[in-house]
Amino acid sequence: MKRILVVTILLALLSGCSGNWGWYVVDPTTPTGAANLRFLVSGAYNTILMSVTAICISVVVGLFIALPGLSRKRSWRSINRVYVEVVRSVPILVLLLWVYYGLPQLSGLTLNVFWAGVLALALSDSAFQAEIFRAGIQSIGKGQYEAAQSISLNYRDTMRYVILPQAIRRILPALGNQLVYMLKMSSLVSVIGMQELTRKANELVVSEYRPLEIYTILVLEYLVLILIVSAGVRWLERHMNSEEA
Amino acid sequence: MTHPASLITMCNVSKFFGDFQALKDVSLDVAVGERVVICGPSGSGKSTLIRCINRLEAHEEGDIVVDGVTLSEDAETLNKIRGSVGMVFQQFNLFPHLTVAQNLTLGPRRVLGLSETNARARAMKYLERVQIPDQADKYPRQLSGGQQQRVAIARSLCMEPRILLFDEPTSALDPEMIAEVLEVMTELAASGMTMIVVTHEMGFARRVANKMVFMDKGEIVEVGAPEDVFTAPKSPRFAKFLQQIINH
Ligand SMILES: Nc1ncnc2c1ncn2[C@@H]1O[C@H](COP(=O)(O)OP(=O)(O)OP(=O)(O)O)[C@@H](O)[C@H]1O
Ligand SMILES: [Mg+2]
Repeated sequence: MKRILVVTILLALLSGCSGNWGWYVVDPTTPTGAANLRFLVSGAYNTILMSVTAICISVVVGLFIALPGLSRKRSWRSINRVYVEVVRSVPILVLLLWVYYGLPQLSGLTLNVFWAGVLALALSDSAFQAEIFRAGIQSIGKGQYEAAQSISLNYRDTMRYVILPQAIRRILPALGNQLVYMLKMSSLVSVIGMQELTRKANELVVSEYRPLEIYTILVLEYLVLILIVSAGVRWLERHMNSEEA
Repeated sequence: MTHPASLITMCNVSKFFGDFQALKDVSLDVAVGERVVICGPSGSGKSTLIRCINRLEAHEEGDIVVDGVTLSEDAETLNKIRGSVGMVFQQFNLFPHLTVAQNLTLGPRRVLGLSETNARARAMKYLERVQIPDQADKYPRQLSGGQQQRVAIARSLCMEPRILLFDEPTSALDPEMIAEVLEVMTELAASGMTMIVVTHEMGFARRVANKMVFMDKGEIVEVGAPEDVFTAPKSPRFAKFLQQIINH
């Protein structure tokens, strides 16, 4: 409800700018306009679901790629380097096409549009997550490891109870950035037919011929989503910091 | 006081950082209940020596036997050693995201397998011992430096080690807080804890140590009872060092 209110206010403002706008396509007071608007907004569910699923996977994968990168052994570190460099250099769209059209031929495993999208987004993001985790973990002083060793904590417990809780606090802003990035990049999955925000907008443009208004709404939809995420991340940061104070 | 058995034996230990030799053929015996104070100029290898004892640094030559176990890379050996050797650092190295009580119970719970209740009881016991039981639920950064160092001592004690290593425990403290930490350490010494302390607090050394070790350039230059070395150091280097410290 609140979102519709914001949108209508912005629409009213925008419609004053020039005579070329035709807001009737998304006028919530008319039945077609309201239906169109509902159609556009309905893509949010898939955009969010896909982005959140992808980021959950990429955080876990990223962490497990980051750990060998911190090893003293060169061979472990090179596993990390190769993964990060290779994955990071593939454009997301290319990765997406490869996963959706190429992977089935390679492995006989066919993914539906949703999982192909999630896989491509998560894979691509995991390289960045790995770098973020590595930097975060490296920012924790050597004294913390030594203190953990001096009370006999093993590697797993040292990471779990001492290093990662501190590292995650420090990388929270960067993780927030990645989620924002993910929400935006999920628009690419529209290319293979995922019914998310961008795809819905494209389809409506085809039937209504009002790209200006419809894409403006699309811009606003992403804006609102991302503002919500930013606020959430900032809340989390404050919450975690106050825990220590 | 009789010293029935050696708790730590270092025999011709050498340690290199690249080409640089930080420890040169160091030998040292520490008996049960003994309080060893190590002093020496900056860069002489004091930290390196005690860090070799719980293998925060690995030595290249010689043998170190701790509580009957010869140090090696073997994970099980390491666990045994670290279970019997506690360490207190110059910079405290408390876990900043955990409360004082959580700092103290982490080891007992995860390593010794104590229940939450038992670990908490043990934590409170040692917080009493370092005289700050009322700070249990605060975070380290809410405490003064002296209190933080006492928490760090309590954290080590919670693992009930046989030996405690101190690496300049009062060097990061404001003068008014040094006394409270030294008092806790003196009390520990009185209770029979085996301690190796790197410090320049000569008053503490005089009161508490029963063995003084002077290091320079990676070597142990002189070992002796405090009453002897303070009145008549044998080596000129130690004499000069003591002079500097006392005049400082
Ligand atoms: N990780 C390291 N890599 C290279 N050299 C090191 C390392 N740690 C210590 N050293 C060197 O080894 C020597 C002994 O260092 P150590 O820290 O044991 O001295 P120290 O007696 O504790 O000095 P201080 O009183 O300053 O603490 C120094 O010259 C130091 O530069
Ligand atoms: Mg030192």
